[in-house]
Amino acid sequence: MRWLLLKDLQILRRSPLQLTLLVIYPIVIALLVGFAMTRGPEQTTVALYNAMPADESLGFGGEEVDGNEIRDQLCGRVDCIEANGTDDARKMVESGEATAAVIVPEDFGDKIRSLASLDPQPPEIQVVVNGSDAVESQVTDDRIDAMLGEANLLLAKRLSEAANRYLDLILKGGELDLFGQELEILGLQKSERILNKLEPKLPPGTDRDELARAARFAQLATQNLDLAGPLLTAITQPIKADKVEVGDDAPSLDTFAVGVTVAFALMFVTVLLVAGSLALEKEENAFTRLTAGLVTRGRILAAKVELGTVVGAAVALILLVGLGLFVGIAWERAPYWLLALVFAAAAFSAAGAALGAAAREVRAATLAAVMICLPVALLSLVPDDAVGSAVETMINVVSAIFPFRPALDAITGGLEISGASIWLSLLHLAALTGVYSVLARLALRRF
Amino acid sequence: MDQEETRAKPALAAREVAKAFDGRQALDGIDFEVGAGEVVALIGPNGAGKTTLLSILAGISEPDSGKVEGDGVAWVPQQAALYRRLSVRENLMLFARLQHEAGQTDEDPQAMVDRMLELTGLTERADDQVGTLSGGNQQRINIAVGLMAGPSVLLLDEPSVGLDPAQRERLWGFILGLVGTGTAVAFSTHDIQEAERYAERISVVAEGERIFNGTADDLRREVESGGVGDLETSFLAFLRKHGH
Repeated sequence: MRWLLLKDLQILRRSPLQLTLLVIYPIVIALLVGFAMTRGPEQTTVALYNAMPADESLGFGGEEVDGNEIRDQLCGRVDCIEANGTDDARKMVESGEATAAVIVPEDFGDKIRSLASLDPQPPEIQVVVNGSDAVESQVTDDRIDAMLGEANLLLAKRLSEAANRYLDLILKGGELDLFGQELEILGLQKSERILNKLEPKLPPGTDRDELARAARFAQLATQNLDLAGPLLTAITQPIKADKVEVGDDAPSLDTFAVGVTVAFALMFVTVLLVAGSLALEKEENAFTRLTAGLVTRGRILAAKVELGTVVGAAVALILLVGLGLFVGIAWERAPYWLLALVFAAAAFSAAGAALGAAAREVRAATLAAVMICLPVALLSLVPDDAVGSAVETMINVVSAIFPFRPALDAITGGLEISGASIWLSLLHLAALTGVYSVLARLALRRF
Repeated sequence: MDQEETRAKPALAAREVAKAFDGRQALDGIDFEVGAGEVVALIGPNGAGKTTLLSILAGISEPDSGKVEGDGVAWVPQQAALYRRLSVRENLMLFARLQHEAGQTDEDPQAMVDRMLELTGLTERADDQVGTLSGGNQQRINIAVGLMAGPSVLLLDEPSVGLDPAQRERLWGFILGLVGTGTAVAFSTHDIQEAERYAERISVVAEGERIFNGTADDLRREVESGGVGDLETSFLAFLRKHGH
């Protein structure tokens, strides 16, 4: 068998394009994915035009909201560039200099202040987006929504703080600055105490009863307004999430991304190589000569699986080392992920051999490999909860009979100790290697 | 052992061999034999069963019935069964190692490769990739692989197809050189002139049956008086006479 393997490696070496692809492919993929994983998303550029008077205060209810503070909130998630006017902002969007424009109108400050009055008017800003690119438009919408969310949160927090302070003043009393004059507010608590103190001193009758009623109101108002503060605070953050994770530990997003990248590369390289190499034996008429008393069909099959395992695992290793330059790879767990790479490569090789034996032509084998591998691998990545139970069952069955998902589980498990049980995945891959080898051997009977 | 004695006992013989594919009878109880040092041509229309018979004689296919007797049979397929991206030496070395490993020869693989390179006259092109060689040279290597284990019978399936006359002549010079050492050769062909020129005996196969076995002159005599004239014309007339 070693001579057959040596022959295949010699043929591989003679194909500069194939050999270059086998070396360059994992390096390029590692660079692309590595950069993508280590660099954050590009900032969206937003043109900002503030039409409010420069010296205008955004105070309301004793709370001051600095205009720069709102700007910082708006521009925290995007790159803001200043526009000189509404038209200038629009032109920036039309020309593509900015993906969107935010225009703060002249009356924005008035409306902010009205929020603390009896006639609140919601402040509005104008958003200009370029709708010529549907995808970019959607991304920009999401970014603008996030910006407004941040700004609204800040305003809501300040409003809540102002309202709380008024409530506190009504409740406990204190000094109130009104149009430059200091006023003393008695407060409900003190009112109640005064009324309670006065009530026994009055003779029984209507006045005493009225006083008692006023004292009871003050008591009731005190008790209820005590709850108003937490209630207002709750409005600024209505739902709080207390995240609790149950079940097996999932691999981290980085590990999952690395696992998917390696599993995809391993799948394509190995399945295509083995399917094409086996079909080539037929196309070059060598298969009949080899099996005419020289070697058995089983030995040819074993040599192809061995070829795919060696080359596939080597390519995956190059890719993993390349990715390791960008993201943390648990080198101390190398024995586990190396084992995962070898088992995965063997399973993909056996699947490739079955395809090559069934197709019998290099082109047909290559086409079948791409047409089967790609959709099945993508199906394997569909989360269980994203589909109904019947489709989920179908996806799980398809995923279980193709090596991609167990390969992904084994690789992520090998990379991260918190990953799914690697041993179960390795067993799964070993079983698939056996099943596909048997199928390939059966197909070779009519090769 | 003289020539008459070797001819008396065929180096390879098939008796009452039958083979069917998907209900179609490819061979229908056919007999065939070739003696040591003899060259036999197998001719017949397309689909007559020539390649099927050669593959059964070579042991690649199993007959449904009948038997094949003979050892040391080497089969050379119609198209070069070689790896085009490997060099001449690498191809020969691969098959030499596999034949050595399979116990078909005790000869050292390296020595066998050197011998085959010398035999084919391709020593100077030993490191060229097979895909870059002419069809004639590829066929010489193809035959050389078949000869590695020192077979007593060489079965060639349309060995000169696609070759120009000069290449064909060189190829047959090579094959007849082997015949001179006692190797029996049976070959299939559609080229009637080639059959007449190189074969001592001709077997005509049609619809899975051997309908003629003899010399070229015998074939002429089957359809003409005097046994003269163009063999291809006689062959066609013979087929028509037998309803093919």
